[in-house]
Amino acid sequence: MREGGHPVVVLSVRDISKRFDAVQALDRVGLDLAAGEVLALVGDNGAGKSTLIKVIAGVVDADSGSVTFNGQPARIARPHDAQALGIATVYQDLALCENLNVVANLFLGTERQRFALLRQISMERTARELLRSLNVRIPDVRVPVSMLSGGQRQSVAIARALLGEPRVVILDEPTAALGVEQTAQVLAVIRRLRQRGLAVLLISHNLVDVWAVSDRISVLRLGRNAGEFRTAGTDQDTIVAAITGAGA
Amino acid sequence: MKRTGLDYLPALAGIVVIAAVFGVLSEHFLSPENLTNLLLQMVPTGTISLGIIMVLLLGEIDLSAGSVSGLTAVVMAVLTAHHHLPVALAVAAAVAAGTVIGVLHGLIFARLGVPSFIITLAGLIGWQGLLLYLLRRGGTINLPFTGFVARLSDTWLPPWLSWALLVGSLAAWAAATVLVRRLRVGAGLPVAPAWRAALPLGVVGLVLTAGLVTLSADRGVPLLLVIFATLVVALDLALRHTVVGQHMLAIGGNVEAARRAGINVTGVRVLAFATCSTLAAIGGILAASRLAAVNQSSGGSDILLMAIAAAVIGGVSLFGGRGSAYAALLGILVIQSITNGMLLLNVDSSVRLMVTGVVLAVAVAADSLAGRSRMARTI
Repeated sequence: MREGGHPVVVLSVRDISKRFDAVQALDRVGLDLAAGEVLALVGDNGAGKSTLIKVIAGVVDADSGSVTFNGQPARIARPHDAQALGIATVYQDLALCENLNVVANLFLGTERQRFALLRQISMERTARELLRSLNVRIPDVRVPVSMLSGGQRQSVAIARALLGEPRVVILDEPTAALGVEQTAQVLAVIRRLRQRGLAVLLISHNLVDVWAVSDRISVLRLGRNAGEFRTAGTDQDTIVAAITGAGA
Repeated sequence: MKRTGLDYLPALAGIVVIAAVFGVLSEHFLSPENLTNLLLQMVPTGTISLGIIMVLLLGEIDLSAGSVSGLTAVVMAVLTAHHHLPVALAVAAAVAAGTVIGVLHGLIFARLGVPSFIITLAGLIGWQGLLLYLLRRGGTINLPFTGFVARLSDTWLPPWLSWALLVGSLAAWAAATVLVRRLRVGAGLPVAPAWRAALPLGVVGLVLTAGLVTLSADRGVPLLLVIFATLVVALDLALRHTVVGQHMLAIGGNVEAARRAGINVTGVRVLAFATCSTLAAIGGILAASRLAAVNQSSGGSDILLMAIAAAVIGGVSLFGGRGSAYAALLGILVIQSITNGMLLLNVDSSVRLMVTGVVLAVAVAADSLAGRSRMARTI
């Protein structure tokens, strides 16, 4: 949490620009992300949110601009670079294998092994501890993911991002298409990430969720920064005005 | 993956119903001699089916497995009969030829992006052509009855060895179960109630004991059956407990997720096709062993279709990611029981095909109904 001392800025991006042919997707965009805070990134469709997180995740290479991680200049050219720095991204499609169980999904591609054999007990124990620490309730981690609810799946995807022990977690629309109760579950997981001291960048269309969980809000409009607000003490109209550019 | 046993239910129910029906209609069907024959008959196609499962699990298909089984059997026969190679060497060369063919299919599919249906359809036609080309002198090659290959399918385990194998496998299974339970308890993980863990062991133990007693009343346990069972168990363990097995299931479930997780998708795909063709080669040699000959129809006719049908009846999904090696055993048991029973009853093969078709349709329908209710319970 932020009370008591200066927040530690983990990631800061400055003057990021990206042009796709005729479209200037990002125009000198910047943001700072501190440990133990949730920064909501909002904006209308086409405002550049997706492009910005793809730049941070190394999926898109920016034309210009700089990234500083932990106070050190960093170069993120590939997804691997972002992961190596400690930036984990959970995309909207989750990328889970529905036929595999929760443990297998958590360790997909990073299976613990001995002589090419899976160390299932060790992985299951870590999986349970991780999910318990996030307060995610899944009755049996050995059931296929296809049997889980949408909120549980989102939680599994977030938990998987944490296995690499990142410092920054980027969540792309984690509550889209979830019901009320499942949204509450996922928001609770996001608060847990903050408690762990992670820097969370939350992309969302849903201002109710943004208010429920974020500390600060950064607004993008037409590829440019359109204001940054402390969530507490700002009303939704101000944000909507910033998103739409309606004279506020 | 958590196994509920539900996936096997249609096949198990099918086997019981078929056994009951033919048992009533024909006094010979359940005789030790006929059951022994049935188990021998199912091994070659069952082995091919096992290979096809490896490809089906990825959500792909191999239509060439029948042709490859025939071609590799012919390669073996030509090498021994015309080139006078030692049998062991010829068998090894034939199996290796199968592996090479599978790697070729896999590379063309995984690297060039040719759909597996197309590349293996090309294989189905092309390898059949190569088989006919190799056989052009004569059309049939008989294998000596006293030779190694022909003797394979006429070798029977002595009773003491059969019982030792049975007791040994059950003991190993029980020991592994106990060990895993201990480790789980030690790691603070939940364990199923003891009866739940002991139940499958008890049921399988009983079935195998009854089977062994039955086979002992005839010629004993055929070596071919032991080879097939070993392959099934080995592949099941590999799928469930190795990293590459896990990756196969992951690719079958969601190839994009697997790729993003850093899994070597191309490598696993090539491996699956190579395994499929290798097992097809082994199945082809076993078929040649049963016939003591290879001819122009080796690996042809309905072998491929029955191998695919067996996998599906055994609960393997054509869309990938779901199924197990045991599907080959259960599915081929269903199909071979129908074939065998119909032959005993002197029913025309037209009826046999129609009944097999109905059983396939019913098995898949039952499976999708079961899958739907499983889904419904969780929502």
